[in-house]
Amino acid sequence: MSVRRLAQTQPASFAFSKDTNEKIKFWLGKYPADRKQSAVIPVLWLVQKQEGWVSEPAIRAIAALLEMPVIRVLEVVTFYTMFMLEPVGKAALIQVCGTTPCMLRGAGALMDLCKKEIGAKDHLSADGLFTWQEVECLGACCNAPMAQINDYYYEDLTPETLGQIIAAFRKGETPKPGPYNGRTVSEPAGGPQTLLDESLYDGRLAKKIKKLPNTEPAA
Amino acid sequence: MVGILEDKDRIFLNLYGLRGADLESAKKRGCWNATKDMLDMGRDWVINQTKASGLRGRGGAGFSTGLKWSFMPKEVKDRPHYLVVNADESEPGTCKDREIMRHDPHLLIEGCLIASFAMQAHAAYIYLRGEYVREREVMEQAVKEAYAAKLIGKDNVHGWDFDVYIHHGAGAYICGEETALLESLEGKKGQPRLKPPFPAGAGLYGCPTTVNNVESIAVVGTILRRGSDWFAGMGRPNNTGTKLMCISGHVNKPCNVEEVMSIPLKQLLEEHCGGVIGGWKNLKAVIPGGSSVPMITAEQCETALMDFDSLRELKSGLGTAAVIVMDKSTDLVKAIARLSYFYKHESCGQCTPCREGTGWMWRVMERMVRGEAEMKEIDLLLDVTTQVEGHTICALGDAAAWPIQGLFRHFRGEVEERITNYRAGRPHVQGASLAAE
Repeated sequence: MSVRRLAQTQPASFAFSKDTNEKIKFWLGKYPADRKQSAVIPVLWLVQKQEGWVSEPAIRAIAALLEMPVIRVLEVVTFYTMFMLEPVGKAALIQVCGTTPCMLRGAGALMDLCKKEIGAKDHLSADGLFTWQEVECLGACCNAPMAQINDYYYEDLTPETLGQIIAAFRKGETPKPGPYNGRTVSEPAGGPQTLLDESLYDGRLAKKIKKLPNTEPAA
Repeated sequence: MVGILEDKDRIFLNLYGLRGADLESAKKRGCWNATKDMLDMGRDWVINQTKASGLRGRGGAGFSTGLKWSFMPKEVKDRPHYLVVNADESEPGTCKDREIMRHDPHLLIEGCLIASFAMQAHAAYIYLRGEYVREREVMEQAVKEAYAAKLIGKDNVHGWDFDVYIHHGAGAYICGEETALLESLEGKKGQPRLKPPFPAGAGLYGCPTTVNNVESIAVVGTILRRGSDWFAGMGRPNNTGTKLMCISGHVNKPCNVEEVMSIPLKQLLEEHCGGVIGGWKNLKAVIPGGSSVPMITAEQCETALMDFDSLRELKSGLGTAAVIVMDKSTDLVKAIARLSYFYKHESCGQCTPCREGTGWMWRVMERMVRGEAEMKEIDLLLDVTTQVEGHTICALGDAAAWPIQGLFRHFRGEVEERITNYRAGRPHVQGASLAAE
């Protein structure tokens, strides 16, 4: 378990923006009418997108919206580690994966770089631009080491490429997500060795199947 | 050609995302072809064919998918049935469902329709892990396309009213456990439920529910299209079909690849991944099925086959077929200690043996990394792992125990050496506190 508490200083109030309200409507449409509580994680996420983090007034507002006791929302927000309980860097929230597959391929060096460039982990940098964290497996192990920056994955990193990415964010740019060693996705370096048969893609698989296999009536 | 599986027998034709993920491209690759004919054969046919294909759940446990579906009530009574797809892929080493969702989303949606029809569900929820933002965007787009083309939704071309909803979590490994996932989907903390009742009796909102892994669902359409005997003809008996494998760690070319079950591990690493860094002789150990299964040694890798039975014989498991390769430069104790930290971090805190045990095991492992421990603490640690294992509601306790057991099964000597060396450097330590805390 991880210990997670609300921030010491909290804003006085919170209001859903128009955009957030639109999206909440979309999410609420997914669940039975009497099961609004199901939307609590997506709504918390939308609030975090709006504000950058989740504040105590926001938790109360969500509880009222979803007709839940405040404590239930508080439970959820402290249980799930993607919810930021205090303000994070304006330019980027950098979450470096530190679990074994990434560790084996050099996540340690990435974290050393973050320490040098940004400062202590889990703290807002002095200029307010960055926060970096060590997080658990992000599920992109074939592209290790990697980091999630804001919403997207930056993969196959080295301290050099991560340094360039941080510098770009510092300038207000948004570098392109994906692998940074020339790969497209998770194919082997140097290009795919499989799925090279072009006939799979010429449309013959879309031809009408006259009779499915194993559909004869039992004899 | 590399590996065993030929391109013509692959299911995930857009694994590397080099072709479009949109509906038109997916149809061209055979997706949604003859889906109506499958449903017209009736639900018994769908379930029996899936059973006959030998498909075993791809999420780690390896339970027969067709059999699981048959546990759902035969008649829909007062409560609706649900299909929930587990896309909370968080097992360290595993990154296969991600490729399905962002590159072949229509295979998954088609599979959802077929599976839901088989168990008389009119709605399916796909629960993605919160970090998969890009994957979620692609899935939402694909669902939208499928509705627009009347493939799903009310009065669709398949004659089975069916809705698909994308839901997401927010960074909790435990939500990959099926009942924790249901709790989370209901808007609560993701803490596993006691079973029974099983989800097939009382799952989502107390209604009959089946939870399946993304890969298990996404392969169903192609299996029925090409025939259960085609799928069953690959691999060994009881370990049939193809499987997405994710190879990470110390190989020259880490990658995702679809291969036949029972491919020799050595062939997988040598042909698809460019071999172990520094050559096969440089291999030290492999975790063959995601972080929760015990490691196997380089010697065992010579003969191991990537399937459920072969790896079980080696006291490990296929899990999610996420192969983590470690060469001779690896500090194995540190690698396992990092996994112990992972389980400590991800324990939901519900059962005492796990909540307290994972933290305790991690702290002892950290001392073992430095050698700052006593010899007898090794057996104490192993004893504690057996007290956590099997004494918790869900399998996270087991998953935390097994990597440690695997380490000491094969590399106990390394830890002992480390302890000896640490002490040798400090001959006069007297009364120093070596307690666990």
